[in-house]
Amino acid sequence: MLMEKTLKPLSECSFGDCFLIKEINIKGPLRRRLLDLGFVKEAEISVLRKSPLGDPVAYRVSNTTIALRHDESSMILGEIVRGNTK
Amino acid sequence: MRVNRIALAGNPNTGKSTLFNTLTGLKQHTGNWPGKTVVHAEGSFEHKGEQYILVDLPGTYSLFSNSADEEVARDYIIFDQPDATIVVLDATSLERNLNLALQVLEMTNNVIICINLIDEAEKKGIRIDEKRLARELGVPVVKISARNKKGINRLLDTLSQLVKGQIVTTPYRMKYSKEIEEAITKVESKLEGYFDEKYPSRWVALRLLDGDEELILKLQNHKNNKQHEVRTNGVPVSVKS
Repeated sequence: MLMEKTLKPLSECSFGDCFLIKEINIKGPLRRRLLDLGFVKEAEISVLRKSPLGDPVAYRVSNTTIALRHDESSMILGEIVRGNTK
Repeated sequence: MRVNRIALAGNPNTGKSTLFNTLTGLKQHTGNWPGKTVVHAEGSFEHKGEQYILVDLPGTYSLFSNSADEEVARDYIIFDQPDATIVVLDATSLERNLNLALQVLEMTNNVIICINLIDEAEKKGIRIDEKRLARELGVPVVKISARNKKGINRLLDTLSQLVKGQIVTTPYRMKYSKEIEEAITKVESKLEGYFDEKYPSRWVALRLLDGDEELILKLQNHKNNKQHEVRTNGVPVSVKS
C-alpha cells in the first residue's frame, strides 16, 4: 500500500518528538511489563531526555516518566506524530 | 469479636501509604513478608465499633507476578482472601491506574475503588464522575484526598457496608475472544471441586491458560501443605506444618 506510513522504532525518536505506538515486537514477561507500564498500542509517547551516553532514554507515557534501554525501545514500532523541527 | 481484614492495593505513588497512615495512625507494625525482602505493613483501626486490620500491599502496576512485590500482593488477595480490597487509584492518571483495578476485579468480588489525590486532579481541571465509574465497574467508587483527610468517612462507611454484605458488587470482568472464553469455560468446569478452598475459578483458569507454571505449583502446594501463622512480637511469621 502506497499510503501506509512506514513504522519507525521508538529508539529513532529524538528529543521533543511525539510518538504513537503501533506494534510491540517483544514477547514474554518483558512485553507484559511494558504493557503494564503503559506502553500499549495507540499510546502517545514523548521523548523527555537522554542519559549522557544516549542509553537509556526517558520517555513520558500516560503521565509518568519511564526510562527504556535501546534494546527495548528499538522493538517498539509506531509513527512520529509531531516531530521536533530543527 | 469479628475482625475484618482489609487489603490496600494500588500503583506506586498513589498515596496508598498516606491512606494507610491516616487510617491506622500509630497502631501499626512492620516487618517483612515471609521469605521475602518486601516490606509488610499491617495496622488496625476501629470504625463505628467495628474492628479492622489493614494490610498495606506493595505498590505495583500489575499482579502478574513479574517481581517479588507483585507476587506478594497477588498471593495475599488469592490465598489470604481479605474481607475487602481497597484499590487506591491516582485521580490524575486514571488510565494507567485502572489496569491494576481491572486485574483486582478479576480476582475478587469485594473491592472498593478509592480515587485518591482528588484535590490534585481538580487543580489540573480533571473531573471524575465516580457514579458512572461505579456503574461501569460494578463496585463502589469513593473519591478521597488522603493527605487532606477528605472523603475518609465516606470510604469507611462504604467499607463497613461492604464487609457486612449490605452492598452487592458485580465486578466488571473482561470479556475475551470467543476462542478464549470457550477455553475458560472448559478449564473452569475441570477445576470445580479440585481445590478445598474457594479460589476465583475464572481467574485461575485464565492464569492456567496463560501458562503460569509457578502459580500452578503454588496452588498445588497450598492444597497439600497449608501454612500456619505464628505471631512473634506481632510480626506474622509463616511456618509450614
